[in-house]
This record gives sequence, structure tokens and C-alpha cells, in this order.
Amino acid sequence: MSSAWVVVLLVGAFTVAFKAAGPVLLGSRPLPERMSQAFELLAPSLLAALVVTQAVGGKQEIVFDARLVGVAAGIVAIRLRAPLIVVIVVAALATALARVAF
Amino acid sequence: MTSSYREGAKRIAPLAPAALSFGAAFGVLAGTTGIGGLAAVVMSATTFAGAAQFAAITVLQDGGTVAAAVTAAVLLNLRYLAISVAVARAFEGSRLRRLFESQLIVDESWAISQVGRGRIDRRVLIGAGLVLFVFWVGGTALGALAGDVLGDPNRLGLDGALPALFLALLATQLVDRRTKVAAVAGGSIAFVLLPFAPAGVPVIAASGVCLWELKKR
Repeated sequence: MSSAWVVVLLVGAFTVAFKAAGPVLLGSRPLPERMSQAFELLAPSLLAALVVTQAVGGKQEIVFDARLVGVAAGIVAIRLRAPLIVVIVVAALATALARVAF
Repeated sequence: MTSSYREGAKRIAPLAPAALSFGAAFGVLAGTTGIGGLAAVVMSATTFAGAAQFAAITVLQDGGTVAAAVTAAVLLNLRYLAISVAVARAFEGSRLRRLFESQLIVDESWAISQVGRGRIDRRVLIGAGLVLFVFWVGGTALGALAGDVLGDPNRLGLDGALPALFLALLATQLVDRRTKVAAVAGGSIAFVLLPFAPAGVPVIAASGVCLWELKKR
């Protein structure tokens, strides 16, 4: 088996197991109160981290590029309470334009 | 009842072109690096997580070992273990059904199905996840078979659309002081670690904000 296939199958197996762990092993058993309170903070902390890594992340470095223009345009759209699709299109357009311009 | 599956599909629809485009880019990359089209499609269908897939293939392409490629991808996907435990309660039915449905957990489907206080609507997550799955795997096959027909997703600005999407979803989460502090803390942790830590670690470390909340009480 080629090394590519080994990687594909191993990464697939790990990821399937990660995603299934909660629903399959814990089932609908309620989490302890303290734990579910803690998990209330998972969405804000993880989403903020994803914003940062997607906006300025590079290969183990911080990169400021056209993506930031897209994010800025997205912030304007979010503040104007635009629907999600408008936020996405505006951010993509601004990023693409900034990339052409600079 | 089926309307909430449809609701999920509707909410995620704006992202379908991005899933198709990045999926195709992955298929093209896999084709040019000799991974092969079939392996690329299998990877998209089982791993179903863009960043990890690109990371694993890029490590191999750069001459890295199998262990290095797998480690990079596993680190990137470790956050799904936390998400999986957090949303476990929302899933129902037999273990097999929960196994399959849980595979539709991706950042975007999880984020878009939030109903407040960390809970999710399972049907919305599944509807959204299915749409992303079809476009992601379809895009990979398209890229692997047809080559570079859709163009570079970054040229279309889609790499700038993703952080904006996560920001829009984050904005709906900031309901009180606790969540705002968690967001600032999570974002700062990721930013500080970005230049030093391997890919994936900044995001997992950011979810450590939850542990701090556990300790507090």
C-alpha cells in the first residue's frame, strides 16, 4: 500500500472516531452540570480562534494579506445586520479585489 | 419536522460554492501530487475536514513522513473531539445512526446549528452537514477528474470569506460578559500561539478556555 493510502486511511479513522466519540459513547446521557456550563464557552472560544487562524494564519506564522480586507468588509456587513450570504459574498469580493489591487 | 433539516440546508447554502471550490482544489492538489483521485475522494468522504486534508497532503508532498502527515492532520482535527463531547446529547437513536450522523459535524454545520447556551439543533446540523458533504466530496471528484476547471478558490476571495463567516457566527454567540471574555481569550490564545505552535494547536489551546471555567467554580 502506498504511503498516501496509509495517511488517508489513518487520518480518516482518527477523524471518524473523534467526531463519533461523544454521540456514540456518551449517548444522550446528560453531562454533569459543571461540564455543560463549561461547554457553553466552547462556541465563542473556538469560533474566535477559527476567525484568527483563518484570517491571519500562515505556515506557523502570522500573515497579513488580502484576507484582512475581506474580514473588514465582512465586519461592515455584519454591523449592518446583513444576512449571512451577503456577509460571505461581500467578504469574498473584497478579498478578491484587494488581491488584484495590490 | 423535516423542515429543520431543510432549515439547516438553507442556512448553509451560501457556503456550498466555497465547499465545491475548495473540494475541487483539494482534488487538483491530490492529482498533481500523485495521491490519486480515488484516495482523494475517500479522504474527503471519511475525514471531511478541509484544513486537515490539505495539511496531510502538503506534508507528504514536501517529503514528510507518514507519521508527520498523520500527526499534522490529527492535531488539526482534535477540536472535533471537544465538539463531539459537547454536542453528544443532541444525537438520538441507535449507536450506528449516531455514528453516521456524527460524521456530519464540521466547523460550519456545528456553528450554524447553535441554539444558545452551547446547545445545537441536531436536524439543522445534519441538513447543513449533508449539503457541505455533497459539495465537498463532489468538488473533490470534480477536481481529481476534470482538473483545474473551477480556478483557485483564493483568487475568488473565498479564503477571506471563511473568517468573515466564522466572525458572523461568533457575533451571534456574544450574548453576555462570559461569552465575550471567552471569545477574546480564545482569539488571543490562538493569535499568540500561531507563530510557534504546529497548525491545529492554537485552536485546541483556545478551547482550553472551557477548562478554566470548570476550575473557577
